[in-house]
Amino acid sequence: MTPAPAQAGWKFRQPSVIPGFGLTLGFSLVYLTLIILIPLSGLAWRSAALGWSDFWRIITDDRTLKALEISFGTALIAAAINVVFGTLVAWILVRYRFPGRRIIDAMVDLPFALPTAVAGIALTTLYAPNGLLGKPLMALGIKVAYTPLGIVIALVFIGLPFVVRTVQPIMEEIDKEVEEAAATLGASRFQTITRVLFPGLAPAIVTGFALAFARGVGEYGSVIFIAGNLPKVSEIAPLLIIIRLEEYNYAAATAIAAVMLAIAFAMLLVINLLQSWSRKRYG
Amino acid sequence: MADPSIQTYAPPSEAATAAVTESPVARAVLMTVAFLFLGFFLVLPLIIVFQQAFAKGMGTYLSSLNDHDTLAAIRLTLLVAAIAVPLNLVYGVAAAWAIAKFEFKGKAFLTTLIDLPFSVSPVISGLVYVLLFGAQSMLGPWLKANGIEILFAVPGIVLATVFVTFPFVARELIPLMQEQGTGDEEAALSLGANGWQTFWYVTLPNIKWGLLYGVLLCNARAMGEFGAVSVVSGHIRGVTNTMPLHIEILYNEYNAAAAFAVASLLAGLALVTLVLKTILELRYGAELAATRGH
Repeated sequence: MTPAPAQAGWKFRQPSVIPGFGLTLGFSLVYLTLIILIPLSGLAWRSAALGWSDFWRIITDDRTLKALEISFGTALIAAAINVVFGTLVAWILVRYRFPGRRIIDAMVDLPFALPTAVAGIALTTLYAPNGLLGKPLMALGIKVAYTPLGIVIALVFIGLPFVVRTVQPIMEEIDKEVEEAAATLGASRFQTITRVLFPGLAPAIVTGFALAFARGVGEYGSVIFIAGNLPKVSEIAPLLIIIRLEEYNYAAATAIAAVMLAIAFAMLLVINLLQSWSRKRYG
Repeated sequence: MADPSIQTYAPPSEAATAAVTESPVARAVLMTVAFLFLGFFLVLPLIIVFQQAFAKGMGTYLSSLNDHDTLAAIRLTLLVAAIAVPLNLVYGVAAAWAIAKFEFKGKAFLTTLIDLPFSVSPVISGLVYVLLFGAQSMLGPWLKANGIEILFAVPGIVLATVFVTFPFVARELIPLMQEQGTGDEEAALSLGANGWQTFWYVTLPNIKWGLLYGVLLCNARAMGEFGAVSVVSGHIRGVTNTMPLHIEILYNEYNAAAAFAVASLLAGLALVTLVLKTILELRYGAELAATRGH
């Protein structure tokens, strides 16, 4: 982007010969307002109308706190797992050449394309106590489905492409000469990776982590089948919102949603700052 | 950026690059770990969908699909996507035109707002419409008095779907059109084309593959959305159940064969989406912008 030339006085827009500015911006703003901004501010207004003491009472309710803890905790673990394996998958796709690489590359986007309900019942069938993977795991004494571990599994599935697709393009841009320089200066391969390559990838890895985490916190469809949904054990916050709605307890549903939304927007802000920081640093 | 006209030296031989790659043993270990991970987390769930769908034979598969409620769910899913995707397509083109072709105050903020739905939990995307149109809302009594059904009916499902698929087309087109600049349009205008002609004959051909890419992803999400739609649909069998919601009902009724039969259709859609997406990336990669930036 070229910086706008300094101009005397405040101008809403730079002059241009291209037509359609008013029409397209006007339509975009109206549509954005109707579909996104009014409904979201409705939520903010309704939770503000609750009053502080009611709001606090709902949020500090034992079951609510547990649900939030489970949602954020499992999303955190799943995002951490995805950082490790997502970075590994990106590395293999960028650096190694092997038959079927294109297919694997395309498959990484499967969690984006596969409806969450389908992923949910498939993972549940796999990890159920009598399932293909659940049975051997059960023999080892590990129960996956209908426990918080099941939630983590579902969120690993959902979050994987976020890490791979954030890290992969940055890896592709790494100049091999940097590694060659490190090697000629006597660095071992391990030192080159940890001291030379990793610092360059760190912003992308952190961004991928944040994206996977943010998605995991709000995830519903893939989780509810495998979670078992036991209150205070494996009940996620989005499910608690739905339960409160079905009880016609709009106040509680609104308050939980407002907390989740506030945290999600804070995360969005952090992600944006991270991305502009890494762009500035690494072009 | 390096000057493309300057030829770089030929890549060094295998021996010379040994210092900048892992030992064969390390490579083998890394690849095995990655393949196992992908196998367990991506391939196996996909296989299990089709295996379960056909576990009781082709006859059961076809008869579970040829069920009145299932067919109604398929029709509703197609209808919802047929409304939501074009709406977001028109919006995406309009927003990209305004943002990419002009410089104005608040542009960066507007671009951030477009991505907002991606950071909202699907359940909350549905909840906001319940709060807006539900019986307890300000609009609720008026809607009821006038016989307008939004919640637990098709309009609510469409709205929730539009909300969650809102950014897909716009976020694909904005970087693409920014990259292309305004030179082509300015040339067309100076040669006497009017605004619409410029859009149809100059801009649209330039962005068609990016547009298709965005529509593809938008459609996949629209047909597969579960959380948001689940909140507003009311789960009326054969009336307001989309395919993902119908899968949930069948699964909870322990009718796994039927649930996976419907799921196999959506999994098929996901595979077709991935194949088309990959073809677009391979053939028109240069004409797509944020092909990697989710």
